Amino acid sequence: MNLLDKKLLRDLWRMRSQAFTIALVVAAGIAGFIGSLSTYDSMQWSRASYYDAARFADVFAELKRAPKAIERRIAEIPGVADVQSTVQFDVTLDIPGIAEPVVGRMIGLPEGGQPRLNRIFIRQGRMPEAGQAHEVVVSEGFASVRHLKPGATLAALINGKRETLKIVGIGLSPEYVFATRGGAFPDDRGFGVLWIDRVHLATAFNMEGAFNHVAVKLAPGASERVVIDALDRLLEPYGGLHAYGRSDQVSNKILTQEIGQQKVMGTTLPLPFFGVAIFLLNVVLSRIVSTQREQIAALKALGYGNAAIATHYLKFVLVITMLGIVIGVLVGAWFGHYMTRMYTDFFHFPHLAYRMQPWIPLLAGGISLLAAVAGALSTVHQVVVLAPAQAMHPPSPPRYRKMLLERLGLVHWLSPAARMVIRNMERHPLRVLVTIFGIAISVAVILSGTFWRDAVNYLIYVQFEAVQRADAEVVFNEPMAARVRHEIAHAPGVRETEVSRIVPVRLVSGHLSYRTVIQGIPQDARLHRLLDANLRSVPLPRAGILLTDRLAQRLNVHAGDTLWVESLESTRRKREVVVAGTVGELIGLSAYMEIGALNRFMGESDVVSGISVALDKSREKDFFAYLKGHPKIATSGSKTAMLQSFKETSAKNVLFFTTIFTGFAAVIAFGVVYNSARIALAERAWELASLRVLGFTRREVSAFLLGELAIEIVLAIPLGFPLGYFIAWGLIQLMPHETLVLPVIIQPDTYAYAGIAILLAGTVSALIVRHRVDRLDLVAVLKTRE
Amino acid sequence: MQPAPPAVFVAHGLTKIYRMGEVEVPALRGVDLEIYSGEFVVLLGPSGSGKSTLLNILGGLDTPTSGEAHWRDHDLAKSDERELTRYRREHVGFVFQFYNLIPSLTVRENVALVTDICPHPMDVDEAIGLVGLSERANHFPSQLSGGEQQRVAIARAIAKRPDVLLCDEPTGALDYTTGKVVLEVIARINQEFGTTAVVITHNAAIAGMADRVMRLADGRITSVEHNQNKLRPAELSW
Ligand SMILES: Nc1ncnc2c1ncn2[C@@H]1O[C@H](COP(=O)(O)OP(=O)(O)OP(=O)(O)O)[C@@H](O)[C@H]1O
Ligand SMILES: [Mg+2]
Repeated sequence: MNLLDKKLLRDLWRMRSQAFTIALVVAAGIAGFIGSLSTYDSMQWSRASYYDAARFADVFAELKRAPKAIERRIAEIPGVADVQSTVQFDVTLDIPGIAEPVVGRMIGLPEGGQPRLNRIFIRQGRMPEAGQAHEVVVSEGFASVRHLKPGATLAALINGKRETLKIVGIGLSPEYVFATRGGAFPDDRGFGVLWIDRVHLATAFNMEGAFNHVAVKLAPGASERVVIDALDRLLEPYGGLHAYGRSDQVSNKILTQEIGQQKVMGTTLPLPFFGVAIFLLNVVLSRIVSTQREQIAALKALGYGNAAIATHYLKFVLVITMLGIVIGVLVGAWFGHYMTRMYTDFFHFPHLAYRMQPWIPLLAGGISLLAAVAGALSTVHQVVVLAPAQAMHPPSPPRYRKMLLERLGLVHWLSPAARMVIRNMERHPLRVLVTIFGIAISVAVILSGTFWRDAVNYLIYVQFEAVQRADAEVVFNEPMAARVRHEIAHAPGVRETEVSRIVPVRLVSGHLSYRTVIQGIPQDARLHRLLDANLRSVPLPRAGILLTDRLAQRLNVHAGDTLWVESLESTRRKREVVVAGTVGELIGLSAYMEIGALNRFMGESDVVSGISVALDKSREKDFFAYLKGHPKIATSGSKTAMLQSFKETSAKNVLFFTTIFTGFAAVIAFGVVYNSARIALAERAWELASLRVLGFTRREVSAFLLGELAIEIVLAIPLGFPLGYFIAWGLIQLMPHETLVLPVIIQPDTYAYAGIAILLAGTVSALIVRHRVDRLDLVAVLKTRE
Repeated sequence: MQPAPPAVFVAHGLTKIYRMGEVEVPALRGVDLEIYSGEFVVLLGPSGSGKSTLLNILGGLDTPTSGEAHWRDHDLAKSDERELTRYRREHVGFVFQFYNLIPSLTVRENVALVTDICPHPMDVDEAIGLVGLSERANHFPSQLSGGEQQRVAIARAIAKRPDVLLCDEPTGALDYTTGKVVLEVIARINQEFGTTAVVITHNAAIAGMADRVMRLADGRITSVEHNQNKLRPAELSW
């Protein structure tokens, strides 16, 4: 072995704990990068292969009712490769032992069982047998939350008639990877998909020989836009709503948003780690070089070339970085695997498909090696320019002057020991600043990883307490005369009712358009409140439309502008409407009109499509029991049930991310505190030993050394708070936020958590250094001049 | 005949063996000695003979491998780290070849550092006055000459009013005249305060100012001589 390499290994071994802590910081960055990006890649891949295997359609359309013959006409549209029509209806389910009503989406299965598009993956049991009209397959997420197994039965209110259905299988569909009726929250508790014989379902809803849902697979190279337009023209006479592509398909849209978040996390999360790692490598390397000045000079005098010596010191950095890469790749693979599994549970995929493409670790390793070398260059440059003769002399002793504090006259009440600490800090302002900054970053990393919980809680608070104040939403099969409200108002447990009319629409402004719903509510609505971004109430105007502020941005309209509103329900109306203002909702991009104005726009008289209900909590069960028997009610949702299932899943995820981020941040804090303490110890060992000789105790001497660190940590934590806020803000900006936007909300206890975690990490590293102070060799130190 | 003054240091069969991996280096091979209160003792001997090792054990910086070492009623051989630290803090003043001042503290602060932690300290400025550096009290070590730095080290050592002053080659890094000034200070402390002083040196001429001279060779005391007529430092020449 090359002698310089031998020296390298010995030097590294001597500094192993420092080298290891730095490698861990590198590893944390790499793990974050690899974990997130491989999850991103695996999810994309899982999605693509699942969609492929299940023949997920490309274009979808809902309509009122079209004869089956139209299906053939659709197939003739140029660019259409395959067509699958079906009937589907939302019904109220009655599951034994469950009080609240549950919404079941009944989807008709063709004669052969499996549809040609959006095929069902059977996890358990089987498909319904031909002619067995009451057999159903139930979606997996719903089945597992509600403990439904093949063999169980449940009741459904199908078009007002109660029917008992027998579960024969548990299945998954690419259309419901994310199970929701349309909202941004997953709702496996209150919403399930049931596949049933198509003919039976059609008969129950008077849809024999007709369909109300169609899915289309495009031929390779076909234009989605062109097919959608053709489909719209063809279906218009049959009450066709606008057809839409995968990007508007709810499940796919939310999945895409979540995958996009992984990419943002993967590319931003590792940055602070790489930054801190470069800084630590640089500090440690320059420390080594300065203590080895004389050795470097001797090597040069012996005839070693600059290149050999420079390479020697670069290798130092490279070895540590390589170690970090190896650890990081292993941890990152585990991390990615875990996250992918978490997502496969959250979303409903048939298989967990995790893979790590070689480009991901290669890219991560390449970036970190480059960054490490770049960080080391200035120090290596010093090695190269060092003149041997000059380096043989020890560097001139440090000059101390009266510093800022003294000139401010603040030292009188400080003990000499405190003055030592302060003067040492003033002598190395850059190191102190960078240490403070490093610790602050770790505080910020914790905050940016744990504030999500606060943000989500706030979002839930705003959406489900401030905005949607109703406990349940009752939705009718079709618009009903407004007097139905009185009927509901007299149902058991009802405290308050409020009418609503929901119309799916397309909003068009110039070349921009967006599909959403207009919610028509009364001007004095109490159960659905309109709030601006600061939670102040926004009045609902008599005329005109209110838009969510993000929707207004998307359509590039302001209050006073007009836009085209095109209804997507039965009668297709298109009219210009004035934008009256904006509301600051965090979830969804919806629009509001006064219910009378909306009815006039639709050319209808006094009708409602649903009733919002506030309940007497103790009589909730009675109310739901009443609903289950009401023939005209298509579905009703319970807020409590929906929130419960959301909180269950999110609590698990939040815990995982909090743990990961805290662990990673602790690695940074530990790396920074430990290394700066070790360097300070190395630089001041002589001084500290002298103090020990004078009779200072170990504890006192440690205080001189660690006092500096304590001050740095205490200064860094409050600095980390705004930094964390800023990073959180930045992350939110970068995240895709079509379906929902999280507010940057950080609660005091989250700040406290971050501060305490870093304080602990700092204390642990200080204790380890303290252990070294205890073992200072007094006698050896006295033999040398500083 | 004068009554024998009480012995403050008593050592019997003191040995110290350094272990460096497989190799054992004996630094002391059985030292017996008594040092009396108020005495000025000079330790002479070739390099590697064990002088520093002995002084460090007497000063509570190191512990012997075997044998006994007492300072008054303190058992230096059996004390633990904590007791030794207290012993140094309350009773011992050290002066080393390399001054060992804290570079980030001024002269006054270097002295105050010690007076802050011991029970009956001298006034800081008095200690600085004793070594003749009153004008330089606000300077940092790097602004002083070697001799001046060594005097600061002495001021720091005596400011706690130590019972013993242990000096390891205090003039080793100094020139002739500066060395004399430093020795004078040590002699004066010994005389005026009755502080027991043990001084290591390579310079046999310095032995002239001692009450007794002990010679070490190869880890043993080879001779002890009484000085009949003790010289003042000014009278020494080398
Ligand atoms: N830490 C140590 N490890 C190993 N051997 C040591 C150690 N310290 C001292 N020695 C050895 O012990 C012996 C006595 O050392 P000591 O420092 O007491 O000598 P000294 O008389 O003070 O010499 P000098 O006049 O050069 O200062 C020497 O042989 C030395 O090599
Ligand atoms: Mg010596």
